[in-house]
Amino acid sequence: MEFVSPEGLRLDGRRPRELRRINCQLDVLSNADGSAIFEMGNTKVLAAVFGPHAVTRRSELREEGALVVCEYSMAAFSTGERRRRGKGDRRSTELSMVIRNTLEQAVITELLPRSQIDVYVQVLQADGGTRCAAINAAVLALAAAGVPLRDLVAGCAAGYLDGTALLDLNYTEDSGGGPDLCVALAPRLDSLYLVQMDNRLPVDTFQAVMELAREGCRTISGVMRAALLEHTQRLAVARGITAAV
Amino acid sequence: MAAAGAVAVKVRALVPGADVALIERVLNVHDAPSNTTFVCVGDEISTEGQEGFLRGHGTQVVDGKLVATVCGVVERVNKLIYVKTLNSRYNAEQGDVVVGRVADLAGKAWRVDLKSRQEAKLLLSAVHLPGGIQRRRNAEDELNMRSFFREGELISAEVQSVHADGSVALHTRSAKYGKLVCGQLLEVPPNLIKRQKQHFHTLEALGVELIIGCNGLVWVAPLRPDRLAAANAAAGGGAGSAGADEDEAAAAAPPPPPSRMQLEVVCRMANAIRVLTRLYMPVYPASIMATYEAAVEGEVALADMMEPGFLEAVVGQEAQRRSSAMQE
Repeated sequence: MEFVSPEGLRLDGRRPRELRRINCQLDVLSNADGSAIFEMGNTKVLAAVFGPHAVTRRSELREEGALVVCEYSMAAFSTGERRRRGKGDRRSTELSMVIRNTLEQAVITELLPRSQIDVYVQVLQADGGTRCAAINAAVLALAAAGVPLRDLVAGCAAGYLDGTALLDLNYTEDSGGGPDLCVALAPRLDSLYLVQMDNRLPVDTFQAVMELAREGCRTISGVMRAALLEHTQRLAVARGITAAV
Repeated sequence: MAAAGAVAVKVRALVPGADVALIERVLNVHDAPSNTTFVCVGDEISTEGQEGFLRGHGTQVVDGKLVATVCGVVERVNKLIYVKTLNSRYNAEQGDVVVGRVADLAGKAWRVDLKSRQEAKLLLSAVHLPGGIQRRRNAEDELNMRSFFREGELISAEVQSVHADGSVALHTRSAKYGKLVCGQLLEVPPNLIKRQKQHFHTLEALGVELIIGCNGLVWVAPLRPDRLAAANAAAGGGAGSAGADEDEAAAAAPPPPPSRMQLEVVCRMANAIRVLTRLYMPVYPASIMATYEAAVEGEVALADMMEPGFLEAVVGQEAQRRSSAMQE
């Protein structure tokens, strides 16, 4: 299968260094403390944050910081073939752990001792890059819930197919058998919170793919920032903060 | 197909983001004066023209620069710079009036859910014994704790103290605090609630009792004669020994059920708060009454208060109020 045409276009018409169309919606659920929908092309993820609240299981209480609990699940209708997907299978458990690890580093937990933050992530449509989209949605939801964060962390995937480094792989490219690198980056601190790769890659190529993924993270973080700022401004105006000052 | 002709089924289309669009259109979000600075997580806050600064809530220092850790509005008080979030959980402060639900009993205390970061405790020694007797609480009192508050019951209380680790101690040492029955509980984002001198409101003309909890839980109930007496006693400087007999008498005989009129007023008041919450507007007595009166004047049916027509009228009223405030 040809992933990059001689004209330099990918299967869905993108250039190798192009992201899919991003759309962020904030506070979509009224019952959650913070919630967000993050869309990237045909991938669509919903995240809901409940908390910080008192820990539900006393044995898990941490004196020095907040406990982050994460649950990742895929909707039965999220893929082409309808399939009952639980939250307990191997893939979901692994992804829950990956997201939780990333969020634990992003949240300033020491400001919220003896409390717990629940993050529920559900994939509504899956078309590759669900891991990164889930992180992005969760970070947006945390920011909307007013949880202190070290930085606006963003995740992005990159791969290497047909001798070209490709940004933000979709499902067809993901299943193309090439290496798939998933990165979460804190842009201001310039520190990596997550690096995951399946398959092998020569070191020099890895550098190029890594740089591409980081570049993608920075761009996505910028888009997320714009969405959050607009949302903040809207809330402030409705509340009469700008008029009062 | 409607099964019974008597009940007409009403269908409303769900328009996602309609409320937000309404606010943007009527309140001119994008033309709003830009004398406030909004920041997002990870944004740098400028400290130019300032020699030294104090790092407040919602900020951190990265490489000598002040960076926001939450989304919100930058506030500057002398050297202190902090970021005020627009949506977060309740942060308890001493003296706050709160409404909460009893979660369970833990030894000598009730554990109360305040929708806050950490759980709150109401110690057995922090409640009034019936009749206002002053004595040490013994083991028998501990066994009879459920006769005061059971699990799942709503109570109003005051924050007695906030411990260093953030946990909260409550007390109900006044006739106005205590169990809440026969009314409606509303959930409001705590940031929409303004801290005020008064959080208990007895609107005698309307026959409504309103408790605006600082933690975002609002209680609306028809005014009962015994509660009115308690409010008066509290205002007159604490319930005396004479009030104790009345308390017992009131507990023995259940108060008469509220009239239909009274219940309608309560529902309208509750709906007014729901409208304000939905439009992200501050919830305080004046704004609640303005919305309530707008509904009465416009002769809006109870069920129609959440309709787009009325929401638009409320936002329009708010825009007018603001523009007149600006001119003055």
